[in-house]
Amino acid sequence: MQDARLAAHLANRIAFGPSPGDIEHIRELGLEGYLDEQLDPDALPLPPQLVDQLRTYPTLDQDSMTLLVEYGPIFKRAETGKLSKQDIETIKKSARQIVVEAAEARLAHAVMSPRQLNETMVEFWANHFNIFAGKGLDLYWPGTYEREAIRPHALGNFRDLLLATAKHPAMLFYLDNWQNTAPDSPGARGRFKGLNENYAREVMELHTLGVDGGYTQADVIALARILTGWSFLPRGGRALMVKLGMERASELPNFSFDESRHDEGTKVLLGRSFEADGLAEGEAALTMLARHPATARHISWKLAQYYVEDRPDPALVAAMAKTFEKTDGDIPSVLRTLFTSARFRDPAVRGAKFKTPHRYVVSAVRASGRTPRNMLALLGTLRQLGQTPFGCQTPDGYKCTEDAWLNPDAMTRRIAFGIALGAGRLPLDSPPPPLDDRAAIMREFKTAATNKTAEALDPERLIATLGVAPGAATRSAIDDAPPKMKAGIVLGSPEFMMC
Amino acid sequence: MLRRDFVKYAAAAGLSILPVGRGAFAMRNPDGAQKKLVVVFMRGAVDGLNVVVPYTEQAYYEVRPTIAIPRPGAANGALDLDGRFGLHPALASIMPMWNEKSLAFIHASGSPDETRSHFEAQDYMESGTPGQRRTQDGWMNRLLASLPGAHSPTQAVSFGPTLPRILSGRASVANMALGASAARPLPSDRAELQPLFARMYAGDDALSRAYREGDEAHKKLMGDLKADMMEADNGAPPAEAAAKNAGQIARLMRDDRSIQLAFFAVGGWDTHVNEGSSEGQLANHLKPLGEGLATLARGLGPVYDDTVILVISEFGRTVHENGSGGTDHGHGNAMWVMGGPVAGGKVYGAWPGLGESELHEGRDLAITTDFRAGIGAVLGDHMGLDAAALSRVFPGAAPDGANVAGLVRT
Repeated sequence: MQDARLAAHLANRIAFGPSPGDIEHIRELGLEGYLDEQLDPDALPLPPQLVDQLRTYPTLDQDSMTLLVEYGPIFKRAETGKLSKQDIETIKKSARQIVVEAAEARLAHAVMSPRQLNETMVEFWANHFNIFAGKGLDLYWPGTYEREAIRPHALGNFRDLLLATAKHPAMLFYLDNWQNTAPDSPGARGRFKGLNENYAREVMELHTLGVDGGYTQADVIALARILTGWSFLPRGGRALMVKLGMERASELPNFSFDESRHDEGTKVLLGRSFEADGLAEGEAALTMLARHPATARHISWKLAQYYVEDRPDPALVAAMAKTFEKTDGDIPSVLRTLFTSARFRDPAVRGAKFKTPHRYVVSAVRASGRTPRNMLALLGTLRQLGQTPFGCQTPDGYKCTEDAWLNPDAMTRRIAFGIALGAGRLPLDSPPPPLDDRAAIMREFKTAATNKTAEALDPERLIATLGVAPGAATRSAIDDAPPKMKAGIVLGSPEFMMC
Repeated sequence: MLRRDFVKYAAAAGLSILPVGRGAFAMRNPDGAQKKLVVVFMRGAVDGLNVVVPYTEQAYYEVRPTIAIPRPGAANGALDLDGRFGLHPALASIMPMWNEKSLAFIHASGSPDETRSHFEAQDYMESGTPGQRRTQDGWMNRLLASLPGAHSPTQAVSFGPTLPRILSGRASVANMALGASAARPLPSDRAELQPLFARMYAGDDALSRAYREGDEAHKKLMGDLKADMMEADNGAPPAEAAAKNAGQIARLMRDDRSIQLAFFAVGGWDTHVNEGSSEGQLANHLKPLGEGLATLARGLGPVYDDTVILVISEFGRTVHENGSGGTDHGHGNAMWVMGGPVAGGKVYGAWPGLGESELHEGRDLAITTDFRAGIGAVLGDHMGLDAAALSRVFPGAAPDGANVAGLVRT
């Protein structure tokens, strides 16, 4: 590839920005070669620094029910009866560690993994199928949700991804479907008394068809009825856990279909009749939604907005939607249509998208070439900027547009972060505090800067890494800056705010 | 003093943060009496029927067997407002404002749009144009542009990590995170860096404007907030965060009279499950909010007499409780209106009733007052907007103001 600017564009969009050496690597492979490489992530080994970092997170490879058992109140409650406020605080404090580990692991992957397209897709899909770690039991499951439902399908098939999220306890709890019960069913008692339409509505509005997808309130109710009984603990699950004991409680499945709470009537969803057919009925309904033309358009539009521009080109969206339908929701095929399109390669879109806070922070650390061991400065900055992983309360997830993120305060804080990173004043290498303290530290995060912990970055190396020479105003500001501040000027420049 | 310094700085740096045609900054009288508006958005759709409780409606108790608030006088009962409605007991902290007649509610109000999507409904309530998805800016931003006189960089302030839809648009708005970190110096505050950044962000593009406005607002707020004052907020437990933050907002608005519009959002109202009654989830969220509003009212001091605080939410919740001890997305809600200029001690609006035939689509509280009528009354009678300006803030709306006549003392 002759064009260094195109290589930089690929690194800025397909990846979270270039690391040292990436521009040369992409120029060598060319667009098609780089796409082929990135669409086969398993062939790219993870670097030892990343593997070592991930090993510092003990909850990262535990399954959902194990985490609930080990960090949850179930056994403590079985032992002592009613829990005191103090007990609950202690339990919550240790459980918050899980969220911190999951968020740090996400950032570690984003900064250090060579599987960059996979990582941008993980960010995209985890956000598209958003869950919020601050809601009840979802405290335990942000990491398992990402690992079990999102990562396996990030570059897979859309229907598989939809079903994996639909059946994950994190989603079942977040959008309340675990309680969704046919009102007159034999299982309708206690907390399982009636219909809860929360998930049914959001899965059509946000996950599949889109708000203009042509469904009505009657369709929401029909889908809610179809999904009655989709839950995560079998009836009496808590008691069963206690009976199995700490050792074997994790044998409980992530997903459980409670036939006794299922609606046995006939439902009509989007004009199609669904006879009562247990679990298969919901799977068929979600499959129908995954294959709906409105879904193909909605997903294509969101992908184009994420990877290309805030107001996507209708022709590109139509081409992607066509691929989506033709390949039955094969995500790599849709991405190939996107990245090989004329619009994606159009010089007019290069450097024209305002980075989200997440992309700004990750791209800055990637460009620095530093290997972070201590993620607190990154998470704390993201908290100030309003975009921590698993921290979006509402199911529509974070926006990825300039309208949402460009504001005066954000500029001030980004520049402060860039200056601190450039001057070697972020504590990226210092030993991180104990895991169970990190949530509190992050909450009270005060400023990006500490005393000097590393050498200032070399501005010329940084510019070479980015692959594009800065404009005249930025160049002159770099030249006039004190030596240790030069790299910070690059990271705080208008050019680096964009991708 | 601060303003003079700022003007001097702006002149020395050769840049103007003023959008074209807004008049000269220094001509404004900085300490002149200014009408102020604070908007609090309860994101997630608060259950207005459990906030302003229609306790004389038998139907209310029939369809809410476990979550209804008991009648006034009963154990954990509602706090009687007017013999017909009662306030959630967790909001006892704002009863003094009701009693001194600076707190009112507009019941059965909301957005006429049918949507039960949080995001769409919030979007409409923030854009001020229900049903119109293409509106780019928020109504508070259009309001800011409609206010007479010159504009300061902190005339409109959003408190929170990001700029909300309601304040986004062409007029510039300051945005500040709340809490202890707000007033600390940043590594980029070093004097030798200032001219370098000013050079990079000298253009008229959106990024440059945002940078310059952020820089001005940061300097100004740094001056306004004394770091030692902020230390008191360190380590505040999260449950009290709303109250603490309200105190911070009040001090800022009292000490910096150029802040005319303020906004913050509070979350956690989407009570599909285990909503609770006089105690429980909803109560746990209402209590700190009520305390925060009381702190805000007290902390504003004399400025309270020139301030109206509006508390809004995107829609109400189902009249019937659901199978999970909660409520689902509904329609009509109650708007809270507080402040010195408010003719309070009264529940405004036209109560539609809770009978089966009186409900919206047979399930939700009907809307008899468009939210733009309630807000419009405040903008007209308090902020002094004329009909033309009002129609810029809420284009295409001609909501009937009869239900809110007399809401603001004139």
